[in-house]
Parts: sequence; C-alpha cells; structure tokens
Amino acid sequence: MSTTSVMGGIVRRKEDPALIQGKGMFVDDIKRSRELAVAFVRSPFAAATITSVDASAALELAGVHAVYTADDVRDLGLNPAQVAVGTLRPLLADGAVHHVGEAVAMVVADDRYVAQDAADLVYVEYEPGDVVIDLKEAFADTHQVHDGVSNTLLTWHGHAWWEGVVDLPDPSPGIQEAKERDDTVVVSLEMVNQRLLPTAIETRAVLADWNSGYGSVELWTSSQIPHAVAGAIGVMFGIPSNKVRVVAPEVGGGFGVKLNVYPDEALVCFASRELGRPVRWTETRREAGFSSTQGRGWIGTATITGTRDGKILGYELDAICDMGAYTQNLTVAVPLLGLFVAPGQYDIPTSYALHCVVTNTPTTDAYRGAGRPEAAYYLDRIIDTYAREIGMDPADVRKVNYWKPDQFPVNTAVGMTMDTGDYEMNLDALLDRVGYEDLKARRDAARAEGRLLGIGLSTYVEVCGFGPSALAGLGFSWAGYGLPAAFNGSGVVRVQADGTCTVTIGTGPSGQGHETTWAQIVADGLGIAMENIEVRHGDSLDSPMGTGTFGSRSIAVDGTATYEATKRVREKAATIAGHLLEAASEDIQFQDGGAHVAGSPDRSVSWAQIAESAYQPHTLPEGVEGGLESSVVFSPPNATWPFGSHMALVEVDPTTGDVDLLEYWATDDCGNVINPMIVDGQLHGGIAQGVAQALFEEAIYDDAGNLLTTSLIDYPLPAAGNLPMFSLDRTVTPTDVNALGVKGIGEAGTIGSAQTIVNAVVDALSHLGVRHIDMPLRPQRVWQAIEDGRK
Amino acid sequence: MYPAKFDYVSPSTLEEALSILSASENAKVLSGGMSLIPLMKMRLVRPTTVVDISRIPGLDEITDEGDHISIGAMVRHADTAASPLVIEHAAALAQAAGATADIQVRNQGTTCGSIAHADLAADQPAAVLALGATMVVASLAGTREIAAADFFVDTLTSALTPEEILVKIKVPKGGKSAYVKLGRRGGSSDYPIAACAVWVDASNGTVSDARIAVTGVGSKPYLAAASAQAVVGTDGSGDAIAEAASHATDDIVVLEDLYGSVAYRSHLAGVYVQRALEEVLA
Repeated sequence: MSTTSVMGGIVRRKEDPALIQGKGMFVDDIKRSRELAVAFVRSPFAAATITSVDASAALELAGVHAVYTADDVRDLGLNPAQVAVGTLRPLLADGAVHHVGEAVAMVVADDRYVAQDAADLVYVEYEPGDVVIDLKEAFADTHQVHDGVSNTLLTWHGHAWWEGVVDLPDPSPGIQEAKERDDTVVVSLEMVNQRLLPTAIETRAVLADWNSGYGSVELWTSSQIPHAVAGAIGVMFGIPSNKVRVVAPEVGGGFGVKLNVYPDEALVCFASRELGRPVRWTETRREAGFSSTQGRGWIGTATITGTRDGKILGYELDAICDMGAYTQNLTVAVPLLGLFVAPGQYDIPTSYALHCVVTNTPTTDAYRGAGRPEAAYYLDRIIDTYAREIGMDPADVRKVNYWKPDQFPVNTAVGMTMDTGDYEMNLDALLDRVGYEDLKARRDAARAEGRLLGIGLSTYVEVCGFGPSALAGLGFSWAGYGLPAAFNGSGVVRVQADGTCTVTIGTGPSGQGHETTWAQIVADGLGIAMENIEVRHGDSLDSPMGTGTFGSRSIAVDGTATYEATKRVREKAATIAGHLLEAASEDIQFQDGGAHVAGSPDRSVSWAQIAESAYQPHTLPEGVEGGLESSVVFSPPNATWPFGSHMALVEVDPTTGDVDLLEYWATDDCGNVINPMIVDGQLHGGIAQGVAQALFEEAIYDDAGNLLTTSLIDYPLPAAGNLPMFSLDRTVTPTDVNALGVKGIGEAGTIGSAQTIVNAVVDALSHLGVRHIDMPLRPQRVWQAIEDGRK
Repeated sequence: MYPAKFDYVSPSTLEEALSILSASENAKVLSGGMSLIPLMKMRLVRPTTVVDISRIPGLDEITDEGDHISIGAMVRHADTAASPLVIEHAAALAQAAGATADIQVRNQGTTCGSIAHADLAADQPAAVLALGATMVVASLAGTREIAAADFFVDTLTSALTPEEILVKIKVPKGGKSAYVKLGRRGGSSDYPIAACAVWVDASNGTVSDARIAVTGVGSKPYLAAASAQAVVGTDGSGDAIAEAASHATDDIVVLEDLYGSVAYRSHLAGVYVQRALEEVLA
C-alpha cells in the first residue's frame, strides 16, 4: 500500500510537544464553573460490620453540601462492569467493609480541603471482625471473607471452561506416567509472584456534570475504557448510552489500573445529578492503594518432569491467585489470561490449576501483562531450575522443547491456536548479538575472582490483540452494559474539506503514542503529510464504538480497522481523482499530499481538490456518494502471539546482597513494526516495571490488612538511574490474523523481564547452594539466601 | 493528601520570621518543603502557620570562612552536592547531598532543612556528625551554636526549639571524609537502609583523629564512638578497620522495618563503616 515510507520509520511522537510543555489536557486540567469536590470516608478495618454512620458534624461544617452513604445510592444497583463471580463491590460499603480503605461515605463540599475536613468529622462505628490476609490461609477456607461463601471463587483448570468453545486437547497426557519413569527427573519450586501497586503517574481522576435540562451526563475520567464506562453509567442511571458522554482526555499512565469501571465514576455522576453542579474527585497517591485495583499476588508450585537430556514431558502449575475482597472487571479473568499462555513457547503437556481466592484486601485486576507475566515467571523459573538440575545450558533446554516454525499455526496444550512463531531463530538472534559464549566466560572468570556475576535468560510467548470473536463469551464479555460481546476494533478515517485528515479510533491510550502510530498508517495509505492528520480518541460519543486500550490490543485490532478504512478512503479518492483528471482510477497514485496519474506527475490534484469535489456531490461521477470517509469495525479471527528472548547480566554484592543490573538485552518479535521508536519505548517501560518487580516493588500488608506501602517512600518505583541502558533488537515474524501483520508490544517488556532478573541472580548464587529467592530481590533477601546457602 | 487549614507567611527578613515564630502557637519553618509538605498533606503535622524563609536574602550561600565553610539555610541539596568548596573540604557532605532522594528533590530540598527535620535515616545528618559541624541557630533571643553531636536528639527530634531557625551550618575544613550507603532501590539510590559517613585526620601515616557516623540503623543518626576509637592511633590498616566495623552498633538499639531486620541492619552498619573507612584510608 505504501507510496511514502512513513510506515516502519522512526517518526517523532505527535503528542509529545504538548505533553513536554505541560500543555496536555488531563482530567484535572479541565475545569467547569461551580465545581464541587469529593472526599471519601474510608474504613480503617479490613473486616467490620458498620453499626452507624453519623454525618451530622460534617454537615454542619461551612461549605459542605452533602454526605452520602449506601442508603442513598442503593437504588443505582451494582456496577455492572464486574465479572459476576464472587461478591461484587457495592458503590459504597453497605453494612459491612471487607478491606481497609473501602469507601463508606462520600462527602461533597465547596473544595477538596473542606471535603477532607468534613470527612474527618464523619463518625462511623464499626464492629471489627476476623480478617483473612494470607493467601494460603484464605485458600484453606477456615474463615470466609464473605459470610457463607467459599473463599475460592473458582479454579481455572482449562476443561470445564473450554467446553463447547474450543476443541479440547487431552488433559495433560502422560504427566503422571512420566513422573514414575526411571529416566526422568522431577523439579518443583514454590514461588511467590508478589502483590504490586500499578502506579500510574496520574492517579485516577473524575469530573461529572449532569445536565437535568438535557437529561444527559458528561463524565471526564482517566480511563483506558471510556466506552465501557459510558455503558455502565447508562445502565446504572437508566439513561441511553447516547445521553452519556464519557471522555478520557490525556491519560497519564494506565497499566491496567484504569481498565475498570469504578464506583467513584458512578458516584460523582450521582452527586452531580443530586446537587445540580459539576462534581470532581481526584484520587490521592495514598488513596490509590485502596481505591484502585492492584496487581499480581500469586503463590504457586511449578513442576517440570523431563528427561536428563532436556525433553520436557510435563509442566504443572498449581497456584492460588489473590482476588482481593471483591471481584471487579477482569479480576477472575487475569489468571485465565495466564492459562492462555501456560505452556509458553513449548510443545509440552501442561496441567494447570489456578485458584481464584478472595482475601480482605483491595481488589486485584489487570496489571501490565495481566496473568501472562505470572505464567511466564513460573514457567521460565522452573525451566531454568530444570536445566540446572540436569546440567544443560538453559538456552539448549528451551530449544529442545520449542514449537518449530513449520508447525504453525499450533494448537497448544491448553487449547489455544498460536498464529506464527520462530522461537529458535529469535533466541539465536539474541545469543549471537550478546555473544553468549563470551559472556559465560566473562561470568566464570569473575566468579574465579570471587565476584558473583550471573546470567539470566527468559524466552516468552504472550497473547494479545483481543479479541477474536470466537472467544466472545469467555468471561470477557461486557454485553451486560450495552457493549458488543466481542472485543472488536474500530477506526474512522475522514478527509476534511480542506484536504486534512481526521482519524477517530476506539482506543483509550495512556501514553502509547497512538496519535503518531495511527497517523503513520493513514499517512502511508493516503500520502497525506503526518502534520495534516489528527488522531482523536477517548470520547464515547465522538469516537466510534471502542473497546479501549489494554492487553496490547490496540494496534492489532483498532489499527487494522483504521488500515482498512484508509484503504476504502483511498479507493474512493482514486475514483474522484480519476474523474477530475480524466483518467482511470486504477492509474491514480497518491503521493506528496495529492494524487496524480501514473507516469504523468503533472496531471495531479491535491487532497483539498479531491475533498472539495467529494463534499459537492453534483461534481462527482454518476453513482458516487458525497463525503470522503470510511468507518470500519474489525473483528480479528484470532489473538496474536508475540514472543521474545531477554537476557540480563547481574552482579551481586556478596557482603550486602545488593543486586547490580549491569546489562540487559532483549530481542522481541511483535510482527511488523510501524514505529520502531515507539516499540522500543514500550519495551523500555515494560522492562523497567518487570525489573522493579524482580528487585524492589511489593505491596505489603500487615496481619490486620493494613497496606504498609501506601507512599512512594515505602513503595519504590524504578527510576532511570536504577537501570542500565537496555540493548534492544528484534526479529520480525508477522501475524497472519490481520492485514498489517502486527502483533502488539505494550506488555512484552514486563512479561519477559522479571524472571530474567531472578534467573540471573540465582545463576550468580547457585554455586553457593541457592536454588530460588522470592521476589522482590531486595538486598536483605539476597543476603539471607547467601547466608543460608553457606550454612 | 490535602493538608488541614494553615496560615502561610513569607517574611523578607530573618527578624520578621523569628518574630512570627515567637508569636505563633504552632508554627513551622518551610525551606524546601520536601519533608514538611508531605507530612502536612498526610495531616500528620498540622501547623497553624507556615513560615516560608525562601525569600529572606542571603540564606542561600555557601561561603569560605577560612577555617570552615558555611552553608546557609536555603542552600539546596543539589548546590551542596555540586559546590567545589564542599567537595574539597567536606566530601562526605557533598556525597551525602548527592545521594539524597532524587534530582527533583535535590533541586528543591535544602541541606539545613534535612538536618533540622532529623529523620532517623536521612543522609546528610550522618555527614555533619562525622565532619564535626556546628549548627548556628537563631531566635529573637539571639544566636547560639550547637555541635552536631548534640543536635540530633531522637527520631524527628532535634535540639531546635519551636522559636528557632537553623540559619547555617559551619563545617570545619581539614581531614578527609566519605559517605557510603545502601539505598532501598539498591546502590546508593533512595532512602538509606544503612549508611555511614566517616572523617579522619590521617596526615602523618597514623590516624590521629576520627569520627564515624551511622544513619538508617538506630532511632537517630549517631556517632559510633567505639568504632572511631578503634582506628584512632592506628595506621588505618585492615585489622583496625575491621575492629572499627565490629563496634558499629555498640550501645545502639538497632531498628527494623520492611527493608532490614535487626540482624541485617547490624551487619550492614559494620559493612558500611568498613567501606567508608577503606575509602578515606586507601
């Protein structure tokens, strides 16, 4: 399709000039006159019955307009954007609280300061109850988080789930038999994949303006899924979706935490309706530990059964996954996403049991990678352990078990069909670039001097580009609130009357560079200059029906829709240009802001001239309708399956346990690449988050359910200074499930990196008897492992 | 993260600031605000009046005073870290200032503010203890000087009275100093898990004097007197350093938190005493 070389090139991000000058418009930058502000009264207990709420003192404070409790909002029903498994979160705690920080009452006042003062004056009486924080204790079910309901909401095994949806392979064939053979080894590790706080720089923020005259509501919210929010608000308030305008303006980071419809989004709409004024709530950093979803929180045992020459005969994972106290949008689906990639890149029998268990903690949900980093972590850690056990190089063990390129599309042991892949080629590209043999020699030489250098390798496959219509109904359906069951993508391409172009897409980006990438797709197709293309998104009324941005889905799904829409606009423009130039439309070529007849560059018209004709139907040829735009909805036939190989070199301080990440290499394969710089940027951020999980991030709760890491002093985030410059490269194995051949890259860095670091640290310490250390590998833990190994 | 109501004043002279402090029931001095503002936003501190001293002229200077250097109340961490005077004469303080928090905080927060705040694990208090600095403190009653060794009383508690402002620090010249630490994000990044500042006078091949300060380990940054004694009078060899390290937590109640148990912190205190000494005696 290319007439210019915009696609595949490094193009500077169109969105950056506004953002780096502080001129981007975030929710907090959007002001309405006569705004009121909200503060929430939050529970200090992880489990308690609410015996009374006394708001009288708060209501007496000057500037306070209202204090609402569950009694006031019960008629709105429950937020429908929650998977109907387990106990759903009420808008405000209704008679009981189930985690610290649960919102009990909402104060609305003239400004946030008064609201906070008033919140301190709302007296709530609690009768504290028993709490369950520890995952294993919760799984044992000796005390229920929700009375009379088992803490284990469900267990993903595969089979019951897949019934009637996809053809089921034989369940984990032969694993037990393999274990009993004389020539096999069985290696097993219990590992924690710790709780994390998905910390976006911009906390969540909402502003609602209910107009009783129009019977409509506008809601600005820092969200990855504005259409879903609009659908849910419509259902709760009983108004049609065309009366709900939800706008996600600039969003300062999402990472999955903004992939939910939250009670506060409905509550500010409610307060605005009741009080007849715009109402705003901006989450504080401290509150984010209670009022936003969290990530990960698994404890599980991974087991590999294999031969002594590296053939894996069985992989098993039995894990307890922390749901928190309530299930929200994708809470129980996160482990399922892990199940999708359970066997990784390998042709190996696989058996999975993922127990979705509630605890008296805030809700967990998607966090960058969502189930896939967990799955990759368990698989790759245990493969590394197996390789060490049988004395094989970890790279070689992987190669023995990889799916081969000529086997694709492959049907995996968990019933998924993977599109394309060439894993050995990708791994070899990394090993060659790194100089693997030299690197091992460097490690060994350092070790001979008493220095603890370690090399870590991980190779992963992930699944993205949701979602295939074949998977509609697999728990990802948002049909309950007026959205299509399948996660389609959409794109509208319109050439304006002046020849510039507007592209409107159904995504909800939070820094991924969609405005640039989509402009490249359209610039490439139409020959319109990048600066004359505006990409718009995030407005539920102005954007086409959209699923949002998560699961590395946008480019593969909405990107393809835009690509198809661009093709259709070009076809129509060629007809019009041919008419204007008295040439056949097949002979029209697009270049440099206009169209010309092939071989006759002088016979040309500009896009403005084409558009001028398009918007005056009487100038068009017979049978051609006016207008110059196309709207396409794309339903992918399958998900996409990117993959990659990551390697790290670390040095451990033997005296303190401090881990120094010396070098990091990654060779990823996300299919075709539209903007290499943006792809690299996504990898940089993703790897930083994975490294941070491996080395220092952890959401820690005490026995009473108090989050001990509510500030960034106690919850350290990665900074550039903590990381080496990543050395990135890629291989290109296009997908065949979309016309662009693109797979997605948003989460690859996170999925590939945590186990790479842990594998490296264990490699550095293995000769000291260290087999595993649970994340985060803070200095104390590593020091302790060295001490224990020496004993 | 929304503070309770307070009055804000921004006096243009020190006298005015001291008068306000003296007259107010519960006033707090604001310099860079990197410690006070977060505490106010969490409502852990609720001053009635905040006295911003940033507009008082002359407080933001680092000057050479012959036998010592003087660091004013409004000198930012980044300026302390980059000052040729501090680097030459008080390396431990320059290193500690450069290892404080992140670049944004270092550009805003002040050395004197960090010291007055007296956090149990702050970087720069250890440096001023080791360097034998003197705190110059003003109130309406006049000016008094407090030795660093007497300044840090307990966690978040200094010898300052509510009416006083720490107007400058006098850091004596001479000797050799260093600051080394292990931070929460590894290396010297972030809040110290344990850290050590040392100062030695070792001009004649023997260590004639030494001060060793440890932070992040006990309830306040402290001088490890027994460690210093272990190296004074020696040639600063490995044995002497090891002996010093073994006394790093003598008479100290070692604290623990999410980042370090008592055993680990005690171990680290020794490790960092050793590393700091090795750096200055190498």
